[in-house]
Amino acid sequence: MNLLLADYLPLVIFFGVAMFIGLALLAAPFLIAPNHPDSEKVSAYECGFPAFDDARMKFDIRFYLVSILFIIFDLEVAFLFPWAISFKEAGLFGFWSMMGFLGVLTIGFVYEWRKGALEWD
Amino acid sequence: MVEFWNSYGFPLTIILVQSLGLLVSVLLVVAYLLLADRKIWAAVQMRRGPNVVGAYGLLQSFADLLKFVLKEPVIPAGADKTVFLMAPIVTAVLALSAWAVIPLDDGWVVANINVGILYIFAISSLGVYGVIMGGWASNSKYPFLGALRSAAQMVSYEVSIGFVIITVLLCAGSLNISEIVKAQDTAYGALGWYWLPLFPMFVIFFVSALAETNRPPFDLPEAESELVAGFMVEYSSTPYLLFMLGEYVAITTMCALMTVLFLGGWLPPVNYAPFTWVPGVIWFLLKVCFAFFMFAMVKAIVPRYRYDQLMRLGWKVFLPISLAMVVIVAGVLQIFQLAP
Repeated sequence: MNLLLADYLPLVIFFGVAMFIGLALLAAPFLIAPNHPDSEKVSAYECGFPAFDDARMKFDIRFYLVSILFIIFDLEVAFLFPWAISFKEAGLFGFWSMMGFLGVLTIGFVYEWRKGALEWD
Repeated sequence: MVEFWNSYGFPLTIILVQSLGLLVSVLLVVAYLLLADRKIWAAVQMRRGPNVVGAYGLLQSFADLLKFVLKEPVIPAGADKTVFLMAPIVTAVLALSAWAVIPLDDGWVVANINVGILYIFAISSLGVYGVIMGGWASNSKYPFLGALRSAAQMVSYEVSIGFVIITVLLCAGSLNISEIVKAQDTAYGALGWYWLPLFPMFVIFFVSALAETNRPPFDLPEAESELVAGFMVEYSSTPYLLFMLGEYVAITTMCALMTVLFLGGWLPPVNYAPFTWVPGVIWFLLKVCFAFFMFAMVKAIVPRYRYDQLMRLGWKVFLPISLAMVVIVAGVLQIFQLAP
């Protein structure tokens, strides 16, 4: 086997075995457990009421804001990974480049904090 | 034919057996950690905990499994059936597959890839999909709200965990998890592991891991008094079991990650006999159990957070501190030329 295959094939096989265990567990009750659905049993749970309206309703904009902020910072982390590994090779130039990058992001972070994007009241 | 067997068939069989062995042992360990969780919780509240099935309740988790399998699986009429059933599979399989790269001892790892920690970071980020899919596909209000909360919470603490991992990488100089453990192998034993030099990051990682896996005190998605059971409201039978399994496997993964990043993985705490005679996998297991004990104690003694406090802690406290720590650690390594 070539090196790439030898490194990553175990991942695929492991994933496959895990998937098999998951699917077997999921399928088991459909095969051996009783199954008698009726209209009350399969209705959406809403504390005993019949559901008032559609469940996919409007939601707070802040959840959306949090996910946008997450993308920015998670990307930042993704950029930091290769830098952290090659820290010594990158030397002083690499160090100050990354400090500049982090500085710019910190300015953005301070801005969003001051604007109240992180407030949940 | 013989050549094909030697170069492909034989290695494939070994990998298959290794994968199966590791998965079964992880599930067994999770079954007993679940019992330990309930027992510790009970002990703190002066109760007995599960003690009927088997001696001291030792077979409780297996009785629960049997019960789940024999229960009727209810699928709500309004639900998107495919996505509804895919969500628990996604949660459980992603949680399990993180274990492929975690070394239990020197060389005891299914896939010894060079980007191990990056793989775990990616897999644990994907975990949020199971939650979103389950909440959305149920087509019911409580699951929908619970899924939104849970997703926002998981992504908020993901960022802090990322920065914590970066500081460890700066000190270790490798993405390979076995190499990270070996980098902690110094003459100082337990004092040379990263929990001491990176103590603030150790604390942040621990608290973020609690929030990331929706453990108390951050179990807002399942806040019974507000959201019944969060995104799992409409689930029953083994789909529900798979969600719970995914959650506990994720907790165990976080304990294992804490062990390899901060507690020296399979290394003995003191570099002298008789400590060096104990096999590494025993040390690894002991450390994972210690980490899980801390998780269980936090669940038992800390009251639940409010949602706005949770988001404030994640974004306004942990994020600035961990960002500053990345700069400080990098600065110290640069000034004193300590980088590996």
